[in-house]
Amino acid sequence: MPKSAENPAESAAGSLVVEGTRIELIERGAGRPLLFLHAENGIEPALSAIEELAKSARVIAPTHPGFGRSELPKGMRSVDDLSYFYLDLLDQLDLRDLTVVGISLGAWLGAEIAVKSTARLSRLVMANAVGIKVGDRETRDIADIFALTEPEYLDIAYCDPNVGRRDYAALPEGEVLAAARAREATARFAWSPYFHNPRLKSRLHRIRIPTLFLWGTHDRMLSEAYGRAYCAMIPGARFELIERAGHFPHQEQPTVFAEKVLAFAAGK
Amino acid sequence: MKVYQFTEQPYFPTWNDHSGSLRVNLLNRKCDPRIAADLFHRYYDELQLSDELGLDIMLNEHHQTATCMSSTVVVGLAVLSRITKRARLLVLGYPIGHRPDPLRCAEELSTIDVISRGRLDMGFIKGVPYEFPASNQNPVGVMDRFWEALDFIIKAMTTHDEVFNWEGEYLHYRQVNVWPRVWQEPHPPIWTTTGSTSQARLLGERGYVMATLGSGYNTRPLYDAYRRGYLAKRRKAPGPDRFAYLGLVAVANDRDEARKRGDLVAGYLRSSGIVHVPFRNPPGFLSVEDNARLLRGQTPPRSYTKDRRVISMHSATVEDLIAAGILFCGTPDEVYDQIVDFCGYCGGMGNLLMMGHAGFLTHEQTVDNLTLFSREVYPRLKEWKQPDAQRAAAEAMAEQAPHPAASTRPGDLVDATITAN
Repeated sequence: MPKSAENPAESAAGSLVVEGTRIELIERGAGRPLLFLHAENGIEPALSAIEELAKSARVIAPTHPGFGRSELPKGMRSVDDLSYFYLDLLDQLDLRDLTVVGISLGAWLGAEIAVKSTARLSRLVMANAVGIKVGDRETRDIADIFALTEPEYLDIAYCDPNVGRRDYAALPEGEVLAAARAREATARFAWSPYFHNPRLKSRLHRIRIPTLFLWGTHDRMLSEAYGRAYCAMIPGARFELIERAGHFPHQEQPTVFAEKVLAFAAGK
Repeated sequence: MKVYQFTEQPYFPTWNDHSGSLRVNLLNRKCDPRIAADLFHRYYDELQLSDELGLDIMLNEHHQTATCMSSTVVVGLAVLSRITKRARLLVLGYPIGHRPDPLRCAEELSTIDVISRGRLDMGFIKGVPYEFPASNQNPVGVMDRFWEALDFIIKAMTTHDEVFNWEGEYLHYRQVNVWPRVWQEPHPPIWTTTGSTSQARLLGERGYVMATLGSGYNTRPLYDAYRRGYLAKRRKAPGPDRFAYLGLVAVANDRDEARKRGDLVAGYLRSSGIVHVPFRNPPGFLSVEDNARLLRGQTPPRSYTKDRRVISMHSATVEDLIAAGILFCGTPDEVYDQIVDFCGYCGGMGNLLMMGHAGFLTHEQTVDNLTLFSREVYPRLKEWKQPDAQRAAAEAMAEQAPHPAASTRPGDLVDATITAN
């Protein structure tokens, strides 16, 4: 495992062992339980959103296996594998009446969990979700981020690319290692089929809990049409836009993001 | 010493007409199949000449690139199996981690071994970073797949009296029984490449022929790591035949003409790194620790001259490439001295992988280069006495100094040509 860094956010994170695999876990706030599933860029960019959510909920924010300083179980290679890991985690923590919130890869993971069992779930929030194929075989639904330079990537992923830019030379070592690990873990789970599971689409009808799609309007890694098509496959799911945000609305608009999630979790 | 002639079979007519990338995304509209056909036939003629001159032959493959038209090395091996008479045919390498069907690889290579009547050397490699966008194989975990494919191919080539079952992590077959059966027993020799000492040691333990490329006067630590691994398993020192080195070669009777040829052959090094930036370092290709260092802008130096000056092989002058042992260039006497000096430094090296053609070197220049080398240099190299293997191994055991490894992940094989920036 990478060495720990002198970073307040990291040192505040606890850990949890699920079926022999130790992962990082942040727990904040009190009240209704909310499982936060981070995006492909890891937990650090989500810390502001987690703080906002923790004002009115008990936020449980694990770092996915293979990301950050979380271990990776042998043989784990797909988001489908990840979803079983999280079903074990829900059992272990005996979470009930849970709101699951995921962004991008985390939203895909949320859907993979929900199609298997919603027994412990009451609501699902999917922000700028990946996970399915909408267009024909020659139409690329999801931009090939591994074929982009960093400036090109920041330009399509963010409304304001400065929000996503990181000065690696100035960051603590642990955070640089986490960024390197996030890139590798993302490819492990999403290289091919690219950011989707061909089987997922035909299972989405099984998500019979209230579901909210949130969509950063400046996302050019995914189109809004993709998000709306995805939303239409989940019975009764609602679609709301977040302005001045791209692919990671929780990072660019943490307050608006948290307000929408908390309102939905409260049944509004 | 054995010498294998090698060319990447480049489509050089477009080398000065690209938009910052010669690989992966250089549109094939720029490839004129009539010119490509002429070039293929020219390259096969030159390899046939190599056979006649007493040289052995090395082939490789790369994908979606004007630097190397050999995109499926089995085709070249098949042609050469038929049109050459005596040369060893080394494939270095065959990127088996990328292949969806390693049974097919075992069948292809067994067939080549039979048609060539036992002249095949099998080099298996991870492949350079730019191959992943083309194959779409996941670079994360590809070495696990590589090692399983290697174990499977060896089993497929060495199993003659049963139809066997294979249900592994990546590969699934239930009725394996390869026809034709390999010519060489128990199987054609296995070669591979590395750029890191931890892997060199592992290869020594396995006893495969280990090739390095571009390592120049930084090669000895890799060979010594191999020697330590080899000794740990066998109680005997590895001979020079276990070591291979890819060097560029430009010979001419006239010193200035040789330098001109050296400059043209060095076009290989100058063109090889011209790739769209994101394709140079796919996720998972390097270890997390190496990638973290790259994010911080730290890149370890790769090539050193004999007097420990750092050079970049992608932009160095001919004189610096000679000083680094990457290019052997000059009159036959000079080239002989340079190679022998380098092999002495290595503690013995028995297989020179000679890039005797690259880039814009013309057919006439190539023919002259190969002929002069074969007549004026090669006979003296064969006569030259390699350093004592036992002594080199004893020195390796005494020298445990770490080497600035490109990657230290277990099971990894890092191609020495990689630059991830």
